[in-house]
Amino acid sequence: MSPYAIRRLRNGVATGLSIAATIAGVGALFLILGALLWEGVGSLSFRVFTEMTPPPGASGGLLNAIVGSLIMTAIAIVLGTPLGILAGTYLAEYGRHSRLTFVVRFVNDILLSAPSIVVGLFVYEIVVAPVGHFSAYAGALALALLVVPVVLRTTEDMLLLIPRELREAASSVGMPRSVMITRIAYRAARAGMLTGVLLAIARISGETAPLLFTALNNQFFSADVTRPMASLPVVIFQFALSPYADWQQLAWCGALIITLAVLALNIAARVLAAGKQPT
Amino acid sequence: MIDIAVAARPDTGSSSQQTEKISVRNLRFYYGEQLSLRNITIPFYAQIVTALIGPSGCGKSTLLRALNRIYELYPHQRAEGEAILDGVNILSPDQDLNLLRARVGMVFQKPTPFPMSIYENIAFGIRLYERLPRQELDGRVETALRRAALWDEVKDKLNASGLGLSGGQQQRLCIARTVAVRPEVILLDEPCSALDPIASAKIEELIYELKDDYTVVLVTHNMQQAARVSDFTAFMYLGELVEFDRTNKMFTAPQDVRTQDYITGRFG
Repeated sequence: MSPYAIRRLRNGVATGLSIAATIAGVGALFLILGALLWEGVGSLSFRVFTEMTPPPGASGGLLNAIVGSLIMTAIAIVLGTPLGILAGTYLAEYGRHSRLTFVVRFVNDILLSAPSIVVGLFVYEIVVAPVGHFSAYAGALALALLVVPVVLRTTEDMLLLIPRELREAASSVGMPRSVMITRIAYRAARAGMLTGVLLAIARISGETAPLLFTALNNQFFSADVTRPMASLPVVIFQFALSPYADWQQLAWCGALIITLAVLALNIAARVLAAGKQPT
Repeated sequence: MIDIAVAARPDTGSSSQQTEKISVRNLRFYYGEQLSLRNITIPFYAQIVTALIGPSGCGKSTLLRALNRIYELYPHQRAEGEAILDGVNILSPDQDLNLLRARVGMVFQKPTPFPMSIYENIAFGIRLYERLPRQELDGRVETALRRAALWDEVKDKLNASGLGLSGGQQQRLCIARTVAVRPEVILLDEPCSALDPIASAKIEELIYELKDDYTVVLVTHNMQQAARVSDFTAFMYLGELVEFDRTNKMFTAPQDVRTQDYITGRFG
């Protein structure tokens, strides 16, 4: 075979393999979505959103779990977002040339990929064990610890994308640095930073491990953050492993709800990020 | 060379009557350890356009950036020596940087409108230092936009984003923004290099008009532009000031052979 023919053959093989890998990857995702829809849609009804998780054999819904997830996610975002934004601002604006920045960025990258069960155990040790019982705020705290690194990273990345000329222009009209950051830089990076928060919500809304050690679960409706609280992932975990068919059905349904919510958040984040790049 | 000389504007004022707005004396500038301006001494006269020309890397932008100390945004950049603005050394550590920049405005190579409305782009800088009633603020914004020859094009869309304007309009918006703060000195760092010829011509006309009220320092790669709009020209080379003279003299009878080589296009 001529060298050219060999090269063509190699190219064909490489292209074929990468197409196959793509199909396998995307195919798995569609299989998961398909299975969820197939199993979950049947039991998706009005009742799911209006009734509490039932005892085995009775009929019920997922209201307490949905509300619990919303409450804990909201608290986690409220706690974690300001921390992440402030720390990201420090890294990108004030500490850009300092050694501390390299350390913080490295530690943050570790946190970003830390197994969430470790975060759950950590919060169990410092909050749940001393207090003596599980609680929603412990769950929210664990989730907040997962929010911080995501928001920090996107905030820093988006601020670093702002051209140096815009900072210089702001300074050149006599704008103090704090005003430049809050009024110019944040505005230019707004879409990207918001994307980071949406991605953080998407990340924590499916987390189970950190909640098992902190918020645990609750058969009943509860909006009291000092008590254990139900959440969709934990209810899915419990119901899916149970021997009862009606619980398993609800678990499928809950999984579908979470997946659709996360999908919607990701799409929203994409649209935001594409629609308005930092200038 | 002859063409340039013909295009040069006639002299304004007599040579001995200029008042020095900024006197730069023995200015040295360092990027880290590297010395990139060597003992520059140059006057910038009031109500005069001074052009800084020279090949890339000669230090003309560095000199300009020393005059409002914008380099302070970056660590490891520092200036030594003196730049006396109305009797005060602005390179002194006691100098308040924001107040300095309100007096010494700057327009950059790339148009840099803020991500906000046209109106806000102008009003923002004013509000940093003055509290004005709405009506007066409106007036200041209009004056600034008129001064930058942009008013007629944007008066009906003051609330539209500044980012939606064309490149030339954006650059005039940046000039209006600079003028609105009521500076005494305006620094222009290659303000036309990202613009098409028509937009450039408008900016040049504007620069020529600005000198009625301001001390203007213009960095440019374009020698015809320097000849057209400036009264004085400084030729810089390798971090040194080679020659400083009236523009028409500089372009017709340069004293230094390096200046002659540069303006006749033999190098650079």
